[in-house]
Amino acid sequence: MSIETKVIELEEVSIRFSGDSGDGMQLTGTLFSDTSSLLGNDISTFPDYPSEIRAPQGTVAGVSGFQIQFGNKKVSTPGDLAHVLVAMNPAAVKANAKFMMPGGTIFYDSDSFNQKNFEKAKFATDDPFTELNLIDFNKVPVPVTQLTREALKDLEIDNKSILRSKNMFALGLICWVFSRPLDYIETYLTKKFGRKEQVLESNLRVLHAGYNYAWNLQHMTPRYVVHPAPIEKGLYRNINGNYATAWGLLAAAEKAGLELFIGSYPITPATEVLQALSERKDLGVKSFQAEDEIAGICTSIGAAFAGDLAVTSTSGPGFALKSEALGLGVIAELPLVVVNVQRGGPSTGLPTKTEQSDLLQTLYGRNGESPVVVVAASTPSDCFHYAYMSAKIALERMVPVVLLTDGFLGNGTEPWKVPLLAELPSITPRIARDASKFKPYQRDPKTLAREWAFPGMDGFQHRIGGLEKDAAGNVSHDPANHQLMCEIRRDKVEAVADMIPEIEVVGENSGDLLVVGWGGTLGHLDTAVRELQLAGTKISLAQFNYIKPLPSNTASVFTNFRKIVVCELNLGQFIGYLRDKLPEFKYHQFNKIQGLPFTIQELSDHFIKLIAE
Amino acid sequence: METLNYTLKDFKSENEVRWCPGCGDHAVLNAIQKAMANLGVRHEDFAVISGIGCSSRFPYYMSTYGFHTIHGRAAAIASGVKCANPKLTVWEITGDGDALAIGGNHFIHAIRRNIDFNIVLFNNKIYGLTKGQYSPTTDRGFVTKTSPMGTIEDPFVPGQLVLGAGGTFFARCVDNNLKHSQEIFEEAARFKGTSVVEVLQNCVIFNDGVHEAISDPKTREEHQIFLKHGEPMIFGNNRDKGIVLEKGKLKVVKVGEGGISMDEVLVHDAADQDGFLQQSLINMKLPDFPVAMGVIRAVPSKVYNEAMEAQIAEAKAKSKISSVDQLLSSGNTWTVD
Repeated sequence: MSIETKVIELEEVSIRFSGDSGDGMQLTGTLFSDTSSLLGNDISTFPDYPSEIRAPQGTVAGVSGFQIQFGNKKVSTPGDLAHVLVAMNPAAVKANAKFMMPGGTIFYDSDSFNQKNFEKAKFATDDPFTELNLIDFNKVPVPVTQLTREALKDLEIDNKSILRSKNMFALGLICWVFSRPLDYIETYLTKKFGRKEQVLESNLRVLHAGYNYAWNLQHMTPRYVVHPAPIEKGLYRNINGNYATAWGLLAAAEKAGLELFIGSYPITPATEVLQALSERKDLGVKSFQAEDEIAGICTSIGAAFAGDLAVTSTSGPGFALKSEALGLGVIAELPLVVVNVQRGGPSTGLPTKTEQSDLLQTLYGRNGESPVVVVAASTPSDCFHYAYMSAKIALERMVPVVLLTDGFLGNGTEPWKVPLLAELPSITPRIARDASKFKPYQRDPKTLAREWAFPGMDGFQHRIGGLEKDAAGNVSHDPANHQLMCEIRRDKVEAVADMIPEIEVVGENSGDLLVVGWGGTLGHLDTAVRELQLAGTKISLAQFNYIKPLPSNTASVFTNFRKIVVCELNLGQFIGYLRDKLPEFKYHQFNKIQGLPFTIQELSDHFIKLIAE
Repeated sequence: METLNYTLKDFKSENEVRWCPGCGDHAVLNAIQKAMANLGVRHEDFAVISGIGCSSRFPYYMSTYGFHTIHGRAAAIASGVKCANPKLTVWEITGDGDALAIGGNHFIHAIRRNIDFNIVLFNNKIYGLTKGQYSPTTDRGFVTKTSPMGTIEDPFVPGQLVLGAGGTFFARCVDNNLKHSQEIFEEAARFKGTSVVEVLQNCVIFNDGVHEAISDPKTREEHQIFLKHGEPMIFGNNRDKGIVLEKGKLKVVKVGEGGISMDEVLVHDAADQDGFLQQSLINMKLPDFPVAMGVIRAVPSKVYNEAMEAQIAEAKAKSKISSVDQLLSSGNTWTVD
């Protein structure tokens, strides 16, 4: 072994683990991400999996992937293209060929590269790499199946269990390649399988077999080194957007001194929000898995009427089902947070793929004049902040708030510096104090928010409902009153602008091009804009988290740029809203609707072209 | 317990009651207000939730906390109210369309979970608020505005649905029998679990007299049987008719005739877990049988909101995490110095 290991030092590296949806690629990716965070790298991850739990084995449709990018500086995206691919079968190579960085490395399970699997993946020849034109790549065959079997031969376990631990071989191998120690993964496995000795033993053995194999093979594998990122001091953890959302709501409940109720119905990719809150009975969470989406929001409305911080979580199709009840929340003026983890639509659409699908539905998708506050999170970890703020707005302004996240944020993870509750803004629910003066629809003159009195409070007994009412809360069909109440509900939502921050641009406050985005596209837009700024382009970014109402300085920011381009993962929803709200500006648009995030490259190319035009 | 000297008046709101003159709802409102006054529950601890329909205007006529919600969803909203604050006494006011058509899913699931609230189901076998279309309890062949040649579907029998959903409490009463209705509402309110009271209610405008054969006070004793737990199933003007079980089926007999003795008359067991006899009682129809009134089923069982509270208490006692700060710093974390 005279050939030295090739060591590649990188600022950031992107790896894609890919295999059958039953191959355990999500766990492999997650363990690798956690290990990298613990080493001090900044990370960003993106799981990409099919909607079928187990699509036919070996087919391209059944491929499940997990991409992670980690680096020695701030990492905002999982990376456009992967430097390294771990492919457990030929279908994984086929599914990921277009996501590979030229010159990258492909580790593949050579045992799975057989005629049967070529056919399943619909290759015409027995040379997938040539067929896919993957010429300029470092292709490393590894007999993963055989070596896994070998490592476990003296344990009396069945073939299925042996095959199930193949992912640990791949994980061990990649850990060596990227100089990751195994101790975190060992601790994790011990915690998970501690009571099942044989399962633990086999996983550990295969993990080490993979690690050692790569070490032995070092002459042919490049070794990558990525130094830790300089990040702010503090206590960190990895968190995905769904957990961050759930925990943000928990923080708001504790801060407000209220109990948290979640009524919800499982739906991809939002289910985890319900799960994460169901786990927290120790913090008093009342989680109610309802019979359907409608009952999800209706139980929450009932809980809001009864004095809890009430939440429901869903995704696009479920949000549609909740529309009528959300209108009840609007007219009853109850505090309610609706979390919509968006996915590709319409109808069932692309359940596991990301899309900024529901902005128009959220803004306009109800009968009558039915304004709600709309907030959108931008990164997995800031879902915590925006969930917290959504609850604060709902409780202080007696209004339903819709928080839009998406599958990319919900499932994506990143390291997060955990805040202390004491550092978070105060939350003062508008609980009524004086029974002698209480009227259900009496309002604060400035915010127009009514007071909140709920059953159990003596002297505040009153009736509310879905019928139009007057200020005293009595049902009213008076024409002038209806107009007045519609205007009040509109103005109440607009008044929320006084409690949200002004929009801040990334870059100079004037220039040739202002990139406008909202919600979950921040990582990609920010990276693309900063790269162009470094190259001298006069480009800035305004990423919106508060959609309705818009930040009060929006027009004054827009006015200082020669061109404005609104970038969205849909066919143009925010741009329509902006044209309605701020018609004095000319907007260009850049849209992508493929169930995938933007790539930095396509954004940069478009921005350069647009400036030159 | 503190003595609460409430009367019916304490539960009346200042709103003018706007149901049609002669509507059965007026009497039910009175019966429920009287029942509430007797329950020993503080006034502010009542919450009355309704959906959409004539009967769903009910909360506006009460002086308690009330929420007039949307069509079919009252059971879900009431579920949320009770789980959010289990100390409350929660009533859902609903109708045959609201509970059994548009809200059928919420109705059966509330019952299946056995959440402790009271469902008062006004059954007038017609859509009144939309002015006379058939409902899911309308008899087959009945002519309405949307069934000009008669309906071509069979109706739900609400009690069957309750039993089928694993219901723990089902009772039936008639709008024009105020005293009996009041008793039933009190029993329903005191029962722990989802109680369903079907009120046979007359829509004076769109389905007048639909229950007349049952409800007419002149024939009441012959056409209704008032069931009481632990008492023999006896009815009739002369209290001489009884229900017996013969070859697995119910049968009406005259006590003393054909050698039938009182001992052979069935004794009502509302607490019987197995609902076989209760189901048969629910199904009794004129003219072969009297219609069963009273508490037909009351089987104490595990209550959802109590189990929810118990799990929370258990989790709080066992967990090391009792605040959000502790949660955020738990598990896999690392410090950057």
